Amino acid sequence: MNSPYLHIDHVTMNFPTPTGEFCALDDVNFVINKGEYISIIGHSGCGKSTVLNIIAGLLEASQGGIVLENKQINGPGPERAVVFQNHSLMPWLSVYENVAIAVRRVFKGKKTKKEMHEWILHNLNLVHMDHALDKLPSEISGGMKQRVGIARALAMEPKVLLMDEPFGALDALTRSHMQESLMDIQEKLNNTIVMITHDVDEAVLLSDKIIMMSNGPAADIGQVLEIDLPRPRNRVRLANNPTYNHYRQEVLSFLYERQANPLSEKSEEMPEKKLTEAEEAAVTEEENSVDNVTQLAPLDNSGKAA
Amino acid sequence: MALLSIPFTQQGSKINFQESFKQLMIPLSAMMLFLFAWELSASQIKTSLGLVPGPIEVSKQFGNLITEHAEERTKADAFYERQEKRNAKKLAKNPNAKVKIRNYTGKPTFFDQILTSLVTVFTGFLIATIIAVPIGIISGLSQNFYTAINPIIQIFKPISPLAWLPIVTIIVSAVYVSNDPTFSKSFIISALTVTLCCMWPTLINTAVGVASVDKDLINVSKVLQLSSFTKVWKIVLPSAIPMIFTGLRLSIGIGWMVLIAAEMLAQNPGLGKFVWDEFQNGSSNSLGRIMVAVLAIGIIGFVLDYLMLTLQRFISWDKTAVLR
Repeated sequence: MNSPYLHIDHVTMNFPTPTGEFCALDDVNFVINKGEYISIIGHSGCGKSTVLNIIAGLLEASQGGIVLENKQINGPGPERAVVFQNHSLMPWLSVYENVAIAVRRVFKGKKTKKEMHEWILHNLNLVHMDHALDKLPSEISGGMKQRVGIARALAMEPKVLLMDEPFGALDALTRSHMQESLMDIQEKLNNTIVMITHDVDEAVLLSDKIIMMSNGPAADIGQVLEIDLPRPRNRVRLANNPTYNHYRQEVLSFLYERQANPLSEKSEEMPEKKLTEAEEAAVTEEENSVDNVTQLAPLDNSGKAA
Repeated sequence: MALLSIPFTQQGSKINFQESFKQLMIPLSAMMLFLFAWELSASQIKTSLGLVPGPIEVSKQFGNLITEHAEERTKADAFYERQEKRNAKKLAKNPNAKVKIRNYTGKPTFFDQILTSLVTVFTGFLIATIIAVPIGIISGLSQNFYTAINPIIQIFKPISPLAWLPIVTIIVSAVYVSNDPTFSKSFIISALTVTLCCMWPTLINTAVGVASVDKDLINVSKVLQLSSFTKVWKIVLPSAIPMIFTGLRLSIGIGWMVLIAAEMLAQNPGLGKFVWDEFQNGSSNSLGRIMVAVLAIGIIGFVLDYLMLTLQRFISWDKTAVLR
């Protein structure tokens, strides 16, 4: 086996709290090949975003690390572009300028002014936002903002595109439009993508591989599911496809049977707070369930083999 | 404040006449009511300088102040004309004669004092801004720096201008020694007192504004590996602009109040000195003239605030924000 493109190498994450260390991730280990579309799915608070932030370099793992093309990553950088959940456009910059700030930073000295201008337009064209170049983010809809956020990330020509619940804040219809757009773009560019999601349909429709995470604290990978569906995929035609439904069923049963979320009523991943009895019970329960899952997840070995 | 709201209600393309008439009439009738109550109650109070002047008497005094100003100007013009003629004559007799040009040394009028006060407050405010905004940005960016200077800010912030004044006076008198000073000592003392008192709101608000920049935007700048300068210029400053302006508006308001007090206490030229001189003068007109000055102080303070608001509207990216 070749050395993997991106290796999340036995990452453990502890957050310091007043009552001692809080273990958010425990020995998370997987690999991503070039051009692969990976989704990470799991309940709120299971540490999905923590994984993404560690890959992005915005957080530093307590143990383990990230290896991209045989080089350990050290802090954030434009080769790992991030699409944030709430678009994160500068509200004072126009659509064009929001993409331009990234392009000017990444291609300074590599492209001429004219080439940069064309590259900005090309990327905005890719997400169908070339009609609103001079609009401010406050003047366009949520879906449009997210399109610009994606254009900004794509314009950096990243080795890995990281997306943190990119469509989580959008309504269902806009979300499915965005998913179609993303599939089109992916077909053209064949990027390596890691996407965080809590939407089962989105994960199955878009991904080559779904990484399902067990509940935190001390979350790790519960199961890895390869999605072997031909592309281009069409959500309407897939609706009655037995393989597609099997995959959906697989993810749903992982999320709602084996990892039924006992914390669902509680607040999100705030590590500060002291473990309550219920949470301690959850830890034990989760340990048991992980044991079950390891037997069911032979694919986890591929990561360790590297 | 009510007057301020008039131009904003007409933002829509359709101007609702009934609505804008109402918006105009409510503050106007309140103002009339106030003047009426003033006129009535003023005539009831007898002081050592005669009856307390009502609005009518005060407006007469305002007229007097304008006339005095005009007279003083004609005197000054006449003085300069005489001087010029005298010098021309001297030069005609002997081209090598030494010509002396003296400034007119008449008493500064009400309007001269207003101008002096305005120049002083702007100078003090400008120095305060130049100091406070960068320090505010640094303390917003660095928690350690903020922790370090926070106690100093908290101790200096509540100090009254009257307490600063003796210290500033003595230090400026000791340090600013020059045979041909560009600025008068009293001007520097007043301006520095304004600076010392009005820098704190800007500093604190800038720090808070910078510290509360959206974390996601900071993450964007990290992913892009922006240089610290680009980060501050393109991300931190624009998002902190509204808070910075809140601080600046508070600062200029405080600066204006402080200046009047400082001028009264230190007898430095300006509106404060005008009020104090009239108080010491104690003629039957004095109370009316003081009231003109007090109203002028209020109106100028309002205009200064409005200027800052206009500046904010001009600079800030967020044209939709409701500013009040």
